[in-house]
Amino acid sequence: MSVKAKKRKGPTTTKVKEERKVPEVKLIPVYIMGKRYEVPEGLTLMKAMEYAGYRFIRGCGCRGGTCGACGTVYRKPGDYKLQVALACQKTVEPDMYVTQIPFFPANRAQYEFAELTSAPEEVFKLYPELFRCVACNACTKACPQGIQVMDAISALKQGNIAEASRISFECIQCGLCTSRCFGELAQYHMFQLARRIYGARILPRAEHLAEMVKAINEGKYDDILNELKRVKKDELEKLYREREEEPVTAGEDWKPRDTTYL
Amino acid sequence: MSVTISSKRRGTEFVKKVKELSGENLHLCYQCGMCSGVCPAASNMDLSPRQVIELARLGMQNEIVKSKTVWICASCLACTVNCPRGFDLSRLMEAIRLLTLRRNVDHVKPEQIPPEERDDIPQIAMVSGLRKFTG
Amino acid sequence: MSLAYYPGCTLKTKAKNLEEPAIASMEVLGFKLEEITRWNCCGAVHSLADDDLIHQVAPVRNLIRTTEQGKNKLVTLCSFCFNTLKRANLLMKADTEKRNTINSFMDDEIDYSGEVKVIHLLEVLRDEIGWEALAQKVKLPLRDLKVAPYYGCMLLRPREVAMDSVENPGILRKLVETVGATSVDFPESTRCCGSYQIISDPGVISAYAWNILSSALSYGAEALVLTCPLCAYDLGQGQEELVKKRAEFKGMPIFYFTQLLALALGLDHQVCHFELNYGNPESLLREKNLLP
Repeated sequence: MSVKAKKRKGPTTTKVKEERKVPEVKLIPVYIMGKRYEVPEGLTLMKAMEYAGYRFIRGCGCRGGTCGACGTVYRKPGDYKLQVALACQKTVEPDMYVTQIPFFPANRAQYEFAELTSAPEEVFKLYPELFRCVACNACTKACPQGIQVMDAISALKQGNIAEASRISFECIQCGLCTSRCFGELAQYHMFQLARRIYGARILPRAEHLAEMVKAINEGKYDDILNELKRVKKDELEKLYREREEEPVTAGEDWKPRDTTYL
Repeated sequence: MSVTISSKRRGTEFVKKVKELSGENLHLCYQCGMCSGVCPAASNMDLSPRQVIELARLGMQNEIVKSKTVWICASCLACTVNCPRGFDLSRLMEAIRLLTLRRNVDHVKPEQIPPEERDDIPQIAMVSGLRKFTG
Repeated sequence: MSLAYYPGCTLKTKAKNLEEPAIASMEVLGFKLEEITRWNCCGAVHSLADDDLIHQVAPVRNLIRTTEQGKNKLVTLCSFCFNTLKRANLLMKADTEKRNTINSFMDDEIDYSGEVKVIHLLEVLRDEIGWEALAQKVKLPLRDLKVAPYYGCMLLRPREVAMDSVENPGILRKLVETVGATSVDFPESTRCCGSYQIISDPGVISAYAWNILSSALSYGAEALVLTCPLCAYDLGQGQEELVKKRAEFKGMPIFYFTQLLALALGLDHQVCHFELNYGNPESLLREKNLLP
């Protein structure tokens, strides 16, 4: 995308004054909420919408494909299939019919997490509508992250919180699954509950971490840290430059030269 | 029970819809009452299974819709396998339930099932119940 | 020999006592129940409306998984799953128009036209192993145990899915006799337990349950044997209340058929998970010297 194109504000600026010598930008037609605009090719949907004059105060977050705020649906002419994308990731294509669904109302259960166990019934109690799933698979088709949403719902119905948590791990909570659900489930909230339960109640605790914290609290590293604190700036920089680093390719059995603190 | 039948009250649209949804020929029934006899839930019903068929083919929509009968039916198919005329009453019951559910009127709200019951009830009960009682 | 197997959701939680003894028993009998992968809930009940095809999608998807995994026969344990999968399969086989609609709706799956044979584990025992061969394998005959077979609805109705005579079924009786127990026939053995009405009107379920339990009792049964986790729940969950209310009732243990099978085959009783059963089966089994 050209820097010049990026600076333009809205469709009226397409009439560029000749003396500014803007490089030729190919414009392509796109329909945003049913209205036709011409936007430079190569833009993301989000930039295209901004180019067309939209200002995002919602429906736009990280612009990096991880926050889930810019869930978008579109169709191409002659194709019955509804496509989904994140507006910040998808490049605009000619004749797309686009609209954003930045938020979709979804039932979100209230719970006191401290009181929850790892039992499958925790999910059944908080989200009984889970059992309205008809396995139509519209959720999976609507997921911009390519998650097998229906499989994760199946896992929850089967009481397998760990599996639901694993399958849904890449979920960014955009809510497009929920917008398409025949059974009116809020899949993404259910998955969040599953991952919370999995992380706190099912996944084994990292015992080596607990041991390390204990060792730190017991003062195992106090001497070396105090020693470092006394070192002058130049010496400290030298120590830093000359420190031994674990090679990227190091295997499980790699050990540093100085093994005093292992 | 007495029901006044008149051409004015007859819901022809209802009869048509019920036939369409159930795929059953309501005129097969000769009102022998076998269905009511074998139905394990008949004693709890305000309209007997046999009466449901009769009222349905007369188009008595109000009587049927305000009755609890179709919501008491558990689709156990005792009527289905015992009907001497090969009429599948379970399909008529389903059609009548759907006419209500498809107007976005649910018979059971999942969130109103007490949490301790949701904890205890096996998944098949929830799946089957919500399929029959929610739209 | 390996058999493609569909467990169903409840067997993974509340009805482990149906699944685990089945898998262990079949292993003893030379069969490996191999769970198909990526299965989803079958929907539990068959949709009875002519235009309601969306509710056929869930069972059909599992049948597609079965063919995808190179199998043409699917074994079930739960009565509801058996019924729903088998009815959906019949629909896909027999009704071209509906089949086409369902296939074109499921544009994310391969086309399906009813190639899988859906069977119940009881049919494997009867038709593939045979009662006599099974009897040979019995190590601990369940002598003196008087068990009433309870079929419920879904193994026998409608006629096109029935695994046995609709009016006078005998498959569970044969199993009970083969494992050395006494089978007690009673007239309510195919009467509905109330099924999913438990979510709408739990009160009415205990009346249905009492009808069935008291009938079995009056014919001399000490326990019920059944195949369905929903029947087990409906007939079991209210027993404590019934015991309090009725002096003559001391509770009635409810067994899954796979538990009796595993016990008789001499398997460790741990695999039966009797702790998940209703009606305190362990004390009855101890009384009969069938448990240590």
